[in-house]
Amino acid sequence: MNDLTRNQKCEMFRRMVTIRRFEEEVKRLYRAGEITGAIHLYIGQEAVAVGTCAVLRDDDYVTSTHRPHGHCIAKVFDLKRTMAEMMGKATGLSGGFGGSMHQFCKDKGFLGGNGIVGGGIGIALGAAFSAQYRGTDQVTVCFFSDGAANQGVLYECLNLAALWKFPVIFMCENNRYAATTPVEKSACTKDIAPRAAPYGIPWAICDGNDVLDVYRCVSEAVSRARAGQGATFIEAKTYRVEPHCGIIADERNKDELTTWMSAAQDPILRFEARLLQEKTLSADDIKAIREEVEKELEDAVEFARQSPSPTLESFATRRSQSYA
Amino acid sequence: MRKLTYADAICEAQLEEMAVNEGVFVVGEDVDIAGGVYKLTRGIMERFGPKRLIGTPVSEEAFCGLAVGAAMTGLRPVVEIMYMDFILMAMDPLVNQMAKIPFMSGGQFSMPVTIRAQAGVGTVEAAQHSQSFEAWFAHTPGLKVCMPATVYDAKGLLKSAIRDDGPVLVIENRVLFYEEEEVPDGEWTVPLGKAEVARVGTDVTVVSLGYTRRKALAAAAKLDGEISVEVIDPRSLVPLDMATIAASIRKTGRLLVVHEAPTRNGFGAEIVRHVIDECFDYLDSPPRVLGGADLPIPFSPSLEKACIPQETTIANAIREVCH
Repeated sequence: MNDLTRNQKCEMFRRMVTIRRFEEEVKRLYRAGEITGAIHLYIGQEAVAVGTCAVLRDDDYVTSTHRPHGHCIAKVFDLKRTMAEMMGKATGLSGGFGGSMHQFCKDKGFLGGNGIVGGGIGIALGAAFSAQYRGTDQVTVCFFSDGAANQGVLYECLNLAALWKFPVIFMCENNRYAATTPVEKSACTKDIAPRAAPYGIPWAICDGNDVLDVYRCVSEAVSRARAGQGATFIEAKTYRVEPHCGIIADERNKDELTTWMSAAQDPILRFEARLLQEKTLSADDIKAIREEVEKELEDAVEFARQSPSPTLESFATRRSQSYA
Repeated sequence: MRKLTYADAICEAQLEEMAVNEGVFVVGEDVDIAGGVYKLTRGIMERFGPKRLIGTPVSEEAFCGLAVGAAMTGLRPVVEIMYMDFILMAMDPLVNQMAKIPFMSGGQFSMPVTIRAQAGVGTVEAAQHSQSFEAWFAHTPGLKVCMPATVYDAKGLLKSAIRDDGPVLVIENRVLFYEEEEVPDGEWTVPLGKAEVARVGTDVTVVSLGYTRRKALAAAAKLDGEISVEVIDPRSLVPLDMATIAASIRKTGRLLVVHEAPTRNGFGAEIVRHVIDECFDYLDSPPRVLGGADLPIPFSPSLEKACIPQETTIANAIREVCH
C-alpha cells in the first residue's frame, strides 16, 4: 500500500497487537474470576477491525457485534475505559451498565456492540441515513458475521441501502463459525459477499487476515460512500481462533486451528513479517511497540481494578431520567 | 373552538413538530402516497417534501432499526406502523435496541423515537389486523406507552411523544380516525403520564383504555341515577398516573378496568396489582377486569362484537362490582 505512511502502518500494527494482548488478558482475567459474564474474544480477526477502522475518521460511525472488543479498540482506542467496562466499573465506556457486549462511545462514533446477532445492521442503516439526511459525508461501517448473514434483516437493509444509496459498508467478517456451527453447515454458498449482487450493491472479498488487503478494500468502499455512490458489501475471510464464548465448549479440528494460527496465516505475524521485510520497522521497533502495549495494558487493568463500581444512586438517577 | 378529526389531529401534531425541529421526519409504509392509507400523514409532503416524509418498502425491522440509528445520531424519527399487528416484525429494534441502548450505553445516547401504531377492534379485519399489544410493550423497561382515545389527546400526546428523549409507543385507534370533536384553537400538548378523569362519580371507578373510554362513558350515562360511575382514562400506560387512579379508588372503594386486549395477562391485571398494593384497605369489593376474550378476534362481525367489551357488558360488569 503506497498511500500508507510509516506512521500509519506502525499505528495499525500497534492496534493489532493491542487487541490481541487485550483479548489474551481478558481471557486470563476471566479465568481468574476478575471478569465475568459472556466474553466473546476477537483473537485471530484483528486485521479486519484495524484495517477497516484505519480508513475511518473519528466522526464516522461503526456498529459492532457481540464480539466487539476488537472493533471498539480499533475505533475508540481507550484501553482503560474499555477494560473498566469489562469489569463493570463506573469508569467504563458505558459506566458499567453495558459490559463486554455493550461498549459504546458516542464521541468516537462507536454505536455499540450488540447482544443480538444482526442487531446492529438496522442501526447502521439509520446512521447512514442520518448522515445523508444531515448532508454530511460521514460513512458508517456495519460489522457483522457469517452468522448474522443468515438473518432476514440484512436483506431488508441491503434493499434499502441500495434503493436510497446510503453511505454504508456492510463488513461481513466470515470467521467460519456462528457459535459452534461451521459456516459450511449454515450457508448455502461458499462465499457470502455475492449475496449483495442482486441488490446492485458492489461487493468484494478480501483476505481478512491481511490488514493491508482489508485496508485497500475498505478504502475503495469508503471513497465510494463519501462520494455519494452508495453502499458496498465486503466479505473478509478470517478465522475465529477462540471458542464462541468463554464458557462454551467447542469441537475444532486441530489441523484447522494450527493452520490458521501459523506464521503464514496469523494476521499479526503476517503483518510483522511484512513490516520487517519492507524495512518499515526494525526488530527493535517491534520489540519497543510490544513493550509499550504491555505497559498500556498493565495500566488499563490497574485502572479498571482501582475504579469504583457504579453506585445504586447512579442507577437511580439513570432510571428516573430514562425509565418512568 | 373548531372541529377536528382524530386522523387530522395526528397530522397536525406531526406538521407542528416538524416545523419547529428539522430533525423530525416521518417514515413508514405508504406514508408518502396520498397522505397514507389512513390519511395520517396528510399535508406533510406538500409542506416538507420527500426528504422528511419517507415511504418505505414492507420492511418493518429495517425501518425501525433505521429509526434507532437515526435517533442515536441526532435525528428525531416518527415511525408509522400501518397496523399494530405488523410491529411484531420489528420486535428486535423496539425491545432489544431502542428500549435498551440509552441505559446500556450508560446514558450516552438518547433515543427520541416515536412509534405510531394503530390498533383496535371493530373494523372487521380479523385476527391478524385487530390486536392490542399494549401490555407487551408496557412490560418492557425503557419504552413509554400511551393510548389516546380522544381527538384532543391524539394530538397532545403525539406532540409530547415526539418531544420526549426516549422511545414512545403511541397506540392510535383506527375506529376513531374519522370521529370529529371540538378542540381548542391554538397549540396544546398532553403530558405523558397524566390520566384524565373523563367523568366524575362516587360509587365505582372505571379505568378504561383506548376506545373503551367511549363505551365506558356511554355505560356510565346509562347507569345514571342507579350507580354514580367515575371514568378514568389513564391515557399513558407507561408512565402510569397511579395517583389519579388511587385517589378515585379511595373515594369510590370499587374498581373495574376495561380494555379490548385479551383479559389474560392484560394491562388490567397490572392496574389491579397497583390498586391492591396502594389502596387495598379502601376496597369494598374485589376489583375486576373486563377485557377482550382470550381468543384470536374472529372475522364474522357478530362474533367480533362478542369478543370485546360493549356498552351493555360494561354496564353489567359495573353492576356486579357494585353489587
